[in-house]
Parts: sequence; structure tokens; C-alpha cells
Amino acid sequence: MQLTLEFGGGLELLCDSKKIHNVNVEQQNGEDKLTMKGLLSWVKTNLIKERPEMFMKGDTVRPGVLVLVNDCDWELSGQLSTLLEEKDVVVFISTLHGG
Amino acid sequence: MASEILQQLESLKNEKTKIEHKISLLEAQLKDINLQNDAASSYLTNGLAPHMIHRYSRHLVLPSFGVQGQANLLKSSILVVGAGGLGAPALLYFAASGVGRLGIVDHDKVELNNMHRQIIHTEAYIGQPKVKSAAAACRSVNSSIEVVEHEEALRTSNALEILSKYDIIVDATDNAPTRYMISDCCVVLGKPLVSGAALGLEGQLTIYNHNGGPCYRCLFPTPPPRTACQSCADGGVLGVVPGIIGCLQALEAIKIAASVGEPLSGRMLLFDALAARIRVVKIRGRSLQCEACGENATFNQQYFREFDYEKFTQTPLCVPPTKLNLLPNESRISSNEYKEIVVNKEPHVLVDVRPAHHFKIVSLPNSLNIPLSTLESRLPEISSILKKDDEEEKGLVNGSSAKLYVVCRRGNDSQRAVQYLQKMGFTSAKDIVGGLESWAQNVDPNFPTY
Repeated sequence: MQLTLEFGGGLELLCDSKKIHNVNVEQQNGEDKLTMKGLLSWVKTNLIKERPEMFMKGDTVRPGVLVLVNDCDWELSGQLSTLLEEKDVVVFISTLHGG
Repeated sequence: MASEILQQLESLKNEKTKIEHKISLLEAQLKDINLQNDAASSYLTNGLAPHMIHRYSRHLVLPSFGVQGQANLLKSSILVVGAGGLGAPALLYFAASGVGRLGIVDHDKVELNNMHRQIIHTEAYIGQPKVKSAAAACRSVNSSIEVVEHEEALRTSNALEILSKYDIIVDATDNAPTRYMISDCCVVLGKPLVSGAALGLEGQLTIYNHNGGPCYRCLFPTPPPRTACQSCADGGVLGVVPGIIGCLQALEAIKIAASVGEPLSGRMLLFDALAARIRVVKIRGRSLQCEACGENATFNQQYFREFDYEKFTQTPLCVPPTKLNLLPNESRISSNEYKEIVVNKEPHVLVDVRPAHHFKIVSLPNSLNIPLSTLESRLPEISSILKKDDEEEKGLVNGSSAKLYVVCRRGNDSQRAVQYLQKMGFTSAKDIVGGLESWAQNVDPNFPTY
């Protein structure tokens, strides 16, 4: 499944400072369809190059990271159980505190 | 000589303060007289004084804003917490557009390294409180509004009292604990919060606690780890980026105050300056489980006053740079001791573990830049340089070996590096306490700091 993954707010530093990743991901761990849970574990294995604890905590993202599926907070689509579809855009963004 | 000049400066400054005070008293008197005269006018102006009609004419002729929008704005009060990169443009626009009462909270002083982004301040105010500087700038833009100075750090002990005097709160601060504190205080007091943040080349903006939208805790119930919260001082920030977010905060607050348009509530604006892209995303609504604003939340004024935000976020409210203490004293030397080593030409290798782009700004002579993140892979390099130095020195001092010193910006990463180096067999490695900042402070005041 073709997906566009974007990292921002400093999270891009964990994956070679590259913000946009066009990737091909299949369903993970025997799931019928690709969920956000499966995608997170795929991202952790395949894209995160350093300090994985700055991206994940347990099986979800660490506190302070917003996840957007097609420009919509993943809280509104079922968080980890959100089903992904072809050409979806998933954004991971760390909240900023500076000013 | 210098002390005489300083004395003269001091007395001139005192005189200046007295004169400024007189000026503001006279201005206030004049304003009252003008208001009385305006009130005596017999034309129908919907409550706007004649001088206001001229000043705000471009607002008044704007159909979607008009007299009603301006009248609402003039009656409104807005508090800006933080007169820094975000607050600077926001405050100027609030003053210019005629927000009736404008409050400014900040405890900091203006510094030279603020000037590239905090455009409300001028060089003349360096060393003076940001609140004073910002208030003077606002008054010089618009003497007909009320500007209130809160020259203090916002704390749980004063936040309720300060925030309760304003209709709309603008979060233009720079750290996580203050952001949680302001949001909670707005929830307790039922005030809309226009929240902006900027770092590097990115910015974020949303309105919390407004029109059934979420509060900061709905979105971020658990604080992020401290290591995930970079400051502008450490991560850098392109000056215009907080400027843009600050302008957008002003816009959103003015919309709420004037009751026009669709507020950015339940949505978040993400700004990527490098890609020249703005995206507005939908965020969750109010969370029923939220500790601050949820259905069963017990968060009230009393609870707020006693809440420990520093403990909650593991971050101090006023951000002093972290001072780690990882190493025993015998593994550390002071910047003055290092100076002696240089003066005595003792054989040594100085490794600077700052990131390469920091090293490019300024560095000590003969230092070798090996960023902490690459230290592991460049150990052989250090070994071979130490060996080479040893061979060169052999004829001179028998048995002595070149010493290994490590330096960084403030003396934290250098300790991490020494810890690692010692583990890897470089047992004589030592770090310079306080890093290059200490060098500039204690050894050479001409060494530029950043």
C-alpha cells in the first residue's frame, strides 16, 4: 500500500532529517488490513534511525506527538486501530514549546 | 573614568525615568480631556470618538468588521504572556488595532540576542525589562489605549489574579510547564486561550478552551519528556517564523474580541517555513476524560494554586540552562586550569563535542571537532592523534602522555562524552567545567558567546 508519511516538529531528525517519506507498507503481524498500530511498528523498524524513545512509548507514540491521518487527529479515527487506505497521508508532529 | 561615566549615566537614567513618568501623567490628563470633549460631540457616531473614527477608518470601512467590530475591540481586554518572539508582533498589532486594555506579562530583560526576532524591542532597551520596553512601544503606536505592565513571572500564585482581569489570553511563552499552567488557569477561569509556538523553521497555532473546543491537556494529557522540548536558545529559530505565528495569534485574538469570523478552535495550523507550506488540520474536541476540563474534572482555583507544574513536566518554569553533574571532580578541570595548560604548552588534545554547525560559529584554537553523536565512530581518530602527540613529546618528557580534554558549549555534553570516553579506555579524559561559556566568562571576555 502506497502511503505518504511526514515527520515534523523535530521528529524528522530521527529519520535522517527527511520530512517526507513515500513508502510502500503491507499489513503487519498477521493483521487483515494495515492499521496505525501496524504502521507504527513498521515505522519504528524501517524509518527511525536513532533515539526510538523520542518517537514511541510502549506500542504508541510518545506523549507530545500528534498523529494526523489525512489532516485529521487520529483520536477522531480510532487511534491505533485506525484503518489505513491506499494513498493515505500520515503526519507525525512533535508539539513545539518555543517562542 | 569609567566609574564617572557610569555615575553620570545612572543619574541621567534616573532623570529620564522621572521625565517619562511626568509625560505619562500629562498624557493621561490630556486623554481624559479629549474623551470629555469627544463625549460632548453631538454627532451620531455609535460611541466612537471622533479621533477614533479617523484612526480606525480602514477597519470601519471594512464591511465584515465595521463599527461593531471596532467597538467590540475597543471594549475588549487581551493579556499577552511573554513579550518575546511571538508576543512582539502580536502586541504591536493589538495596540495598533485598538484593543481597549492590553496586558503584558514577562519577567525577562531585553538582550542583544533577542533582537533578531523580538521586533518590539529596540537597542536602547537592552538590559531593561521586556515589559517596560514592550509597553513603551505599544504606547508609542497608540496612546489612546490602556497598556498594563505585569513585570513578573507567571506563577500559580499570581496567575489567577492576573488572568482574571482579561477577556482573552495569548500564550506567547517558551516552555512546557508555563503552557500547561496557562491552559489550566484559562479552564478554571473560563477564558479563551490563543496559543502559538515556534522553533527552528516551524510554527504551530490553535485556540484552546473556546466554543467547546479542547484545552491544552485534552490534546496533551501527558507532558512530553524533557528531552523533547527544545528551546530557541538551543535549537535556534529563524526570526521571522515566530513573527508569523505571533501575527496569526494577533489575528485570531482580534477575531474573538471583535466577534467576527471562524476562530481556529478544534483546528490547528501547522506552518513549515522551509517548504513554504501552511496546513490546517482537524484536532479532537474537548475530552470528557480531561483532568482539567473533562466531565468529572475536579480542577478548581484551589487545586490550581497548589499544582506543581515543574514537577508535572519535569521542567523548571524559568528555563535556566541545565547543569549536569555526571563526573567526579578529578575528571574535570576549570576553564582557568585549561588556560594554564595552554600557556605552559603542555601536550594535550582538545576535543570539542558540539555539533558541527555550532563549531563553525566560534571555536578554541587547535580544537578538534568531533560532535557527540559521532564520537563512537571516531574513537580511532582520537587514539591515533594521542599516539602521534606522544611520539612527538617522547624526547622531551619521559613517560608523560598527551592529555585528552573535552569541551562543549556549557559543559553538559562534554561530561557525557568524558563518561563514554572513560568507559572506552580513555581513562585520563577530562572535561572543562562550564564549557566555552565559562571560557568567555572567566578566561577571555573577548571570546564570543551565542
